[in-house]
Amino acid sequence: MAAASSASPAAILKDAGLFALVAFGLCVPIVSHRTDLGADGLELTPRWGLVAGLCAAIFAVRLVQRLVLERRAARAVLTPSPHQATEPVGAEPNAAQYPSSLGLPRLGLPLFVGFALFLPLIAALASGGLSPARYWIDLGILILTYVMLGWGLNIVVGLAGLLDLGYVAFYAVGAYSYALLSTVFGLSFWVCLPLAGLFAGLWGVMLGFPVLRLRGDYLAIVTLAFGEIIRLVLINWTDVTGGSAGISSIPRATFFGVPFKAGPDGFSALVGLPFDPMHRIVFLYYLILALALLTSLVTLRLRRLPLGRAWEALREDEIACRSLGIDTTKTKLTAFALGAMFGGFAGSFFAVRQGFVSPESFNFLESAIILAIVVLGGMGSQLGVAVAAVAMVGGPELLRNLGFLKAVFGEGFDPNEFRLLLFGLAMVAMMIWRPRGLISDRMPTVALGQRKAIGKDLVREGHG
Amino acid sequence: MNAPLLSLRGVSAYYGSVAALRGVDLDVNEGEIVTLIGANGAGKSTLMMTVFGAPRARSGTIAFAGEDITARPTHAIARLGLAQSPEGRRVFPRMSVQENLQMGAALHGGRYFGQDLEKVCTLFPRLKERLNQRAGTMSGGEQQMLAIGRALMSRPRLLMLDEPSLGLAPLVVKQIFSAISALNREEGMTIFLVEQNAYHALKLAHRGSVLVNGRITLSGPARALLDDPSIKAAYLEGGHAPTASVGEGVQA
Repeated sequence: MAAASSASPAAILKDAGLFALVAFGLCVPIVSHRTDLGADGLELTPRWGLVAGLCAAIFAVRLVQRLVLERRAARAVLTPSPHQATEPVGAEPNAAQYPSSLGLPRLGLPLFVGFALFLPLIAALASGGLSPARYWIDLGILILTYVMLGWGLNIVVGLAGLLDLGYVAFYAVGAYSYALLSTVFGLSFWVCLPLAGLFAGLWGVMLGFPVLRLRGDYLAIVTLAFGEIIRLVLINWTDVTGGSAGISSIPRATFFGVPFKAGPDGFSALVGLPFDPMHRIVFLYYLILALALLTSLVTLRLRRLPLGRAWEALREDEIACRSLGIDTTKTKLTAFALGAMFGGFAGSFFAVRQGFVSPESFNFLESAIILAIVVLGGMGSQLGVAVAAVAMVGGPELLRNLGFLKAVFGEGFDPNEFRLLLFGLAMVAMMIWRPRGLISDRMPTVALGQRKAIGKDLVREGHG
Repeated sequence: MNAPLLSLRGVSAYYGSVAALRGVDLDVNEGEIVTLIGANGAGKSTLMMTVFGAPRARSGTIAFAGEDITARPTHAIARLGLAQSPEGRRVFPRMSVQENLQMGAALHGGRYFGQDLEKVCTLFPRLKERLNQRAGTMSGGEQQMLAIGRALMSRPRLLMLDEPSLGLAPLVVKQIFSAISALNREEGMTIFLVEQNAYHALKLAHRGSVLVNGRITLSGPARALLDDPSIKAAYLEGGHAPTASVGEGVQA
């Protein structure tokens, strides 16, 4: 929270705890036992699980409410009243700005990266060994793949403001590039990875050329069609792509040439560890983490360079951009190419992880999910995309495992069936409370003196 | 006299099949302020945008500094040293003032950013106070100053301003016009000013032209235009000129 907030986190926690306590007190007589007609009169069925759930919910809601109120209060202090808006020369500069998004985004990315770095370790410790932790590491890999895709698409949609509904096409190009190059020519992953990126980038330019003059809805339709075309080509060009059967037995990732196998020339022998199939999974985890961070670093770096600045200017106002001497053609094509390239990297990672690719994996729903991650995250925000990816991909996955809900709603309750319902509810909630994404503050890339974020309330809706 | 810095010869432009400019001839010489006045929809902004290649002139030629720019893309024209503060200002609303100015300097890769920033800040002290502020949160006048400042950051040979007084309070208009005048006087900046505010524009400019329905109907020294009875009747006595009395307006 912002330094400006008046109540300490401890006070807020205490307050929420008090609420939960009151809720518990009320629950004991009202909720905790259900009366059923039994063989000999009324029977009491205890429902402590439900009580615990309710109290936890109230605790969480109060916590969120307090945090929101704190933020609002902190802002109110720093927001000038309307008559100050046109104050005379010499008045407090930056008066119309908010005190920044509250330290959270600034700290958030390092926190996210730190957590991601240690996730395999944490998972292994928590579940007692690498093999039991496989589920968590696999989930981590899945989420990071989407984080990377989100960050890649973020260049096109979030920074350059070009709505791309066919991003999955580049993911597919990357995956098939690796699949074909490795199965047909026997090239190793580390040779294929840059090639896959290159091919996807080329396809990005090929898509970019015909759509240079389009914006908004029209651009979206063409990119949507492009995604479908790639998928249909993959299905129908049976000689090369294997059609809907896909390509299987794609060579697995090696540790820079050293395979993950039990023999004497395997990875475990090289580093002197007992063989464990999980080594490969952990390696894949760190591989996708590195790729995702590369995407993020390149984006963050580019935002400070003329090219990235030109992307943002293009998103803001194309006509003004052109009249400032910026070649919008080149700017758009580089955005498409770079975004596509990272999609291609992610695609070849997907292929090496699965060992199998088929057109099934690259349908429109994938594009929609990636776009939803970027939009929900707050366009242009790195941390927002990461958070949204965790929520969008990890959320449904977690829901699958919410066994305690069964205790609450009784046997026969399958949380899985409600996934899409909850998903829809979350979307509606987002639209109401955070229409510009989870983290929608834009941090200027240069500032004199103290850095200030740009208040999300001031960010123009819908055009960003 | 040297060849004019910007010259238009028989320029016509269309929106679809609708003619917006019909055979416009216009010259802007180095070091002068030329203003183009005209009513709403006369084609003033179209003329400015046509110089920048969007919409493209369907006939005629446009030359800047001796080069034919009629068929060049907008960004290439801007690189020749032509800068504009477009109609409606078009600052980048989510970027800070400093970032906006950087975009203006992008042409030179930011080589002169420091000293040019200093210059712009001297011209518009208001911007200096607001360097970190998001451009979209500033007042109309400040945004106009930013739009002019951003155009100046590219070190143009010709600065084109489209209605810098649009929607601004009289006091702010005065500030901006005096800044424009100072630019021309002190730095010899050549300025092409498109305005509806005919009185102020003609007071400021050396020469002026009147655009009616896509045609230039009258051109000459600004002083002479100010005294021209037809101009007075058409453009000056609608309440623009503080000197014109109500009685005169009624007679005309």
